[in-house]
Amino acid sequence: MNKIAKLFITFISAITLTLATISSSFAKVEDGMIVLGSAISLTGKYSSNGVHTQNGYNLAVDRINSMGGVKVGGKSYKFEIIYYDDESNPKRAAQLAERLIKQDGVHYMLGPYSSGLTKAIAPVTEKYKIPMVEANGASRSLFTKGYKYLFAVLSPANQYLEVAIDLAVEKNGGKPVKIAQAFEQDAFSQDVRLGILDAAKRTGSKIIIDDKLPKELNDMAATLAKVKATKPDVLVVSGHTKGALTAIRQISEMKVDVPMLAMTHCDAAKLSKQHGKKSEYALCASQWHKNLSYKDKFFGSGKKYDKDFKKEFGYAPPYQSAESSAALLVFKDAFERANSFDRDKVRDALKATEMQTFYGNIKFGPGGQNVAKPMILFQVRCKGDTCENKVVAPTKWASDKFFHPIPPWSERG
Amino acid sequence: MDFLIFKAPMLMVQASLDGILLGILFALIAYGMALQWGVMNIINIAQGDLVILGGYIAYTMYLAGIHPAWGVIVSPILMYFVGWGLYKLVINKVVDRDLFISILATFGIAIVFQQLMNFIFGADVVVAQSEYGTTMLFDNSVTLPNSKIFSAFVSLAYAVALVIYMKKSKLGRAIRATAQNARAAKILGVDTEKVYAATFGINAALCGIAGALISITLTLHPYVGLPYTVRSFMIVIVAGLGNLPAVAISGMGLGLFEEFADYILGTEFRIGAVFMLLVFILVYRRFKLSKKREYLK
Repeated sequence: MNKIAKLFITFISAITLTLATISSSFAKVEDGMIVLGSAISLTGKYSSNGVHTQNGYNLAVDRINSMGGVKVGGKSYKFEIIYYDDESNPKRAAQLAERLIKQDGVHYMLGPYSSGLTKAIAPVTEKYKIPMVEANGASRSLFTKGYKYLFAVLSPANQYLEVAIDLAVEKNGGKPVKIAQAFEQDAFSQDVRLGILDAAKRTGSKIIIDDKLPKELNDMAATLAKVKATKPDVLVVSGHTKGALTAIRQISEMKVDVPMLAMTHCDAAKLSKQHGKKSEYALCASQWHKNLSYKDKFFGSGKKYDKDFKKEFGYAPPYQSAESSAALLVFKDAFERANSFDRDKVRDALKATEMQTFYGNIKFGPGGQNVAKPMILFQVRCKGDTCENKVVAPTKWASDKFFHPIPPWSERG
Repeated sequence: MDFLIFKAPMLMVQASLDGILLGILFALIAYGMALQWGVMNIINIAQGDLVILGGYIAYTMYLAGIHPAWGVIVSPILMYFVGWGLYKLVINKVVDRDLFISILATFGIAIVFQQLMNFIFGADVVVAQSEYGTTMLFDNSVTLPNSKIFSAFVSLAYAVALVIYMKKSKLGRAIRATAQNARAAKILGVDTEKVYAATFGINAALCGIAGALISITLTLHPYVGLPYTVRSFMIVIVAGLGNLPAVAISGMGLGLFEEFADYILGTEFRIGAVFMLLVFILVYRRFKLSKKREYLK
């Protein structure tokens, strides 16, 4: 390449860069649009849940926009979201957050999918004082760092399976139980584990097996052999979808009899579809279920949300979508109460949020976590070959009775 | 808690059998790696991803209503051509370069494969159901999934078939000759280019079998290939190249070691323990070699 061509390229890039920085100063609220930014996993290992999250966001944006948008200062604004694909990579997510804020001039952010990526983005939004409402980062460590601009609509990870221990104690006539647990060594699952440790302490229960599964491991045979030998009252497993599928596969193959089995990520793993009857009686933690009786004026009820979502995207909404939709409702509410686009006013309004959505009640605690919504537990129940998730706890929303104890494998067809 | 295994002797039996059954499966993957490492001097980082691709072939059959166990026949055939194609496309350009280049190239292939599988099959963890049931021993205190027993038998059968093929067939002889001395083999009329392509194809086929077995015994996901690469690498390091019985023994040994490490050190140290063993073996080998050198002086 000759010198002139090189010079020319440098010149063009310089102009492009300058233009890019200039254009950023208009981007936050323009032409009646409120521009939100989000780095989301559209490719890579979180891509299925990333897409669920994006669908949830999009459905809510369409709904809010078509129902009159956001009213600030007597004028009506519409939501718009700029997405970038973070490739399920935390480093990339942090870069994209910078880009959204510095180049695209976004002043309000929506969270990415997963605790790990939210952890990568939160320091960036905090640095630039950008309010972020996130719907898919449940790790407790997100809420203990003193972040001021982070708000999560979901319950923190340590609450996921605490209810299950209470339920086990209740079924044991109020007496302490023996707990066996196996958790993957990642931030989320270890937080779930902390919740169990708290619950065990509170109820005086004893943890007899406490295995931490390495991330690369997809074999739980050793843990399950220990469970068989020690006969605990409840077995708790958390290791994302891989953990849930591996556990059911090996529990059924090794014929491990345990009165109660509690886990996370059953619906994300499509447990009842992939394992069918083998997954029956598994107890699963969930942020949301369509049968809950919460209401709002945008989506109506959970059942209606389920119907609308199916119509739009052709599949039933997992809780990841529902909570993502709720994040937009929170933003709208905060903008209207702040009645301003001043970031700090919006932040203060977010802080003071107290509302009900179809997804649940939302009120933020001091760390930014949602303290108003309990986790729910459902149990996989089968009729013939079709298996369904039935809500069994808390009792207020239970559609079915909790089946306990799980019959031994010798009696299961 | 840590020493539960010594209190319950049945756990010892369970752990040993689990370890051996899994170890045989890993040995099959490792043998493919040893073969092409020995012949072509390439360390294939994409080994695990070939395994997972083989698994997805079986899983696709399962979705189509065919029993996934047929995957142990279909998958190696398809994977042979995948391997052969990979050789023609990429590997033949790096085969006589230094090791670093080939590691980089296969690392690149691994990434491309992961992304492609993610694109085609989605990012969900999936399993295929064999419905083979369970074998119960010692009054139900030791339970072995029949799918694991099946996978160990299939692995053994293929391994034996491969050994015979290597000994008796013309191509097998050519492969062994190339492994010993590629230049001499070429001078004597062996088409080494063809041998390389076949070797890479055979390796991919072995991965295909292992993948199909993994789809019915464990779980599949586009990004879980690397642990299989690492484990087969370890088995090969321990066993040395081109020695099938040693690979099988080292595979089973590692499987056993892992299971026992789980009971004694705790699950969290299970994989760490294997790595520690690897370091130990490498140091020991070096030590032995240096002694030999001294003696020669």
